[in-house]
Amino acid sequence: MAEHREFFYRRLHSLLGVIPIGLFLVQHLFINHFAVYGAESFNKAAQFMFELPFRPLLEIFVIFLPILFHAILGVYIVLTARNNTRKYSFGRNILFFLQRVTGIVTLIFIAWHVWETRVQVALGNVEVSYSFMEGVLSDPFIFWFYVIGVISTVFHFANGLWGFMVTWGFTQSPRSQKIVTYFTILVFLAVSYLGIRALFAFV
Amino acid sequence: MAEQKTVTFIITRQDSPDSSPYKETFKIPYRKNMNIIAGLMEIQKNPVNAEGEKVSPVQWDSNCLEEVCGACSMVINGQARQACAALVDELETPITIEPMNTFPVVRDLIIDRSRMFDALKRIKAWIPIDGTHDLGPGPRMPEKKRQWAYELSKCMTCGVCLEACPNVNNKKFNNNFIGPALLSLPRLYNAHPTGAMNKSERLEALMQDGGISGCGNSQNCVQVCPKGIPLTTSIAAMNRATNIQAFKNFFGSDNAH
Repeated sequence: MAEHREFFYRRLHSLLGVIPIGLFLVQHLFINHFAVYGAESFNKAAQFMFELPFRPLLEIFVIFLPILFHAILGVYIVLTARNNTRKYSFGRNILFFLQRVTGIVTLIFIAWHVWETRVQVALGNVEVSYSFMEGVLSDPFIFWFYVIGVISTVFHFANGLWGFMVTWGFTQSPRSQKIVTYFTILVFLAVSYLGIRALFAFV
Repeated sequence: MAEQKTVTFIITRQDSPDSSPYKETFKIPYRKNMNIIAGLMEIQKNPVNAEGEKVSPVQWDSNCLEEVCGACSMVINGQARQACAALVDELETPITIEPMNTFPVVRDLIIDRSRMFDALKRIKAWIPIDGTHDLGPGPRMPEKKRQWAYELSKCMTCGVCLEACPNVNNKKFNNNFIGPALLSLPRLYNAHPTGAMNKSERLEALMQDGGISGCGNSQNCVQVCPKGIPLTTSIAAMNRATNIQAFKNFFGSDNAH
C-alpha cells in the first residue's frame, strides 16, 4: 500500500463521500423533514436518533472521522487545482470548479453547524429540540446561511456522486456518464427539497 | 492593385527560459487560407513589429503541418490547439498567440514537452516483443477491439490536453499529475493481446503518486483533444482497471501478475 498512498487515499476519499457521509446526509435531512409535521413529530424523530444504541461509536466512526478525513484531503485537493473555467467554460469544467467551491462552503457551514448544535449539546449548554432550532433559525442571517449551506452540501453530494461513479469505474461510456448526470440533477433537486422544506418549517 | 490586407498577431514572447514574457504585435500580410504557421513564417521573413522596429524573429516549433506530429501546440485566442490546423480565416482578429505555459517555455512559442516523454517511459507505453530468438506470431486481436484501440493510437503527445487540464500545473501542493494523454495510453497498450501480458505493470504505474488519482474529472481534455480521442472514456476505463488491480494486489489473485 505504501507505494500507492495517494491512490489509496483518493479512493478512500471518494468512497467516504458517498458511504457513509452521503448516506448520513440524506438520513439527516430526512429526520429534519419531520419538522414539517410539527414540533412534536420532530422531537420524537430527534429523540429516536439520539437514543440509538452505540450512539457515540456511530457518531465517531460513521460521521465524525469520515467527514474529518474527507474535509482535510478535500482542502488539499482544492489547493492542487488551477481553475480555468474562464478559458475553458465547458459544463463539466464549471461543475469541477463548483465542486471545489461548494466543498469549502460546506466545510465552513458544517464546522459552524456542528459547533452550534452538537458541540453545545456535548458541553451541556443546550438540548436539541424543535424550539432550540426555531431559536437558531429565527435570525434571518443565520437562516439564509443555513439555506446556502444546505444547498451547497447537497450540490457537493450530488455532483460528488457523479465523480464517484467515474472514479470507481462504473460509468465508462459517455452515454452512461450523461445519464448519471441527469440522475444526479434529480438527486440534487430531491434532497435539496427535503432539506430546504425542513428549514422553512422552523420559521 | 488594392492595398495589401493584413492580419494582426499579438504574440506572447519570451527571450529565454528564465526571462519574463512580454507581448509583441505584428501585422502580417494576409493570404487566403493561411494558417498560423504561415503567419509566423511571414514574421520570420520580415521580423518587423507593428511599431516598425526590427526585432528577432519569433521562434516556434512545427514539423508535419498536417496535425499528426503534435509539435506546434500553442494557445491561440485562449484555446490550446495545433497552430498548423488553426486557419486565420476561421479566427477572430486580432489573433493572440501564447506558448502553452503549463510546460516550461524554452523561447517564444517553443515549449519543452519532455515531461510527457518521461511519463511515457513511466507508464511503459510500448509493447515488449524482442527476445533472443524468434518468438513467433503473437495472439490475434479482435477486429472490434482494434477499431476503438486505433482511435487511442492517434495520440501525438501534443500536450493540448495537459494545457487544458486544471489539475496539470506546478502548484506547490500538486503531486505532478501526469495528465490525461498519459492516462489513456496504457489502455491502448493493455488492449493489445501481446501488450496485455504487461498489463499490471502499466496499471501499477498509473497507481503511483501523480498518476490516475490526480484526475478530477473536469473533462476539458476530451473537449480540446485535436484528434478527438475519447480521453474521458479511457480515464474511466483505467479507473476501473486500477481499482480491480488494487483489489487483486491486496486480496491476492493468480491474475494479479
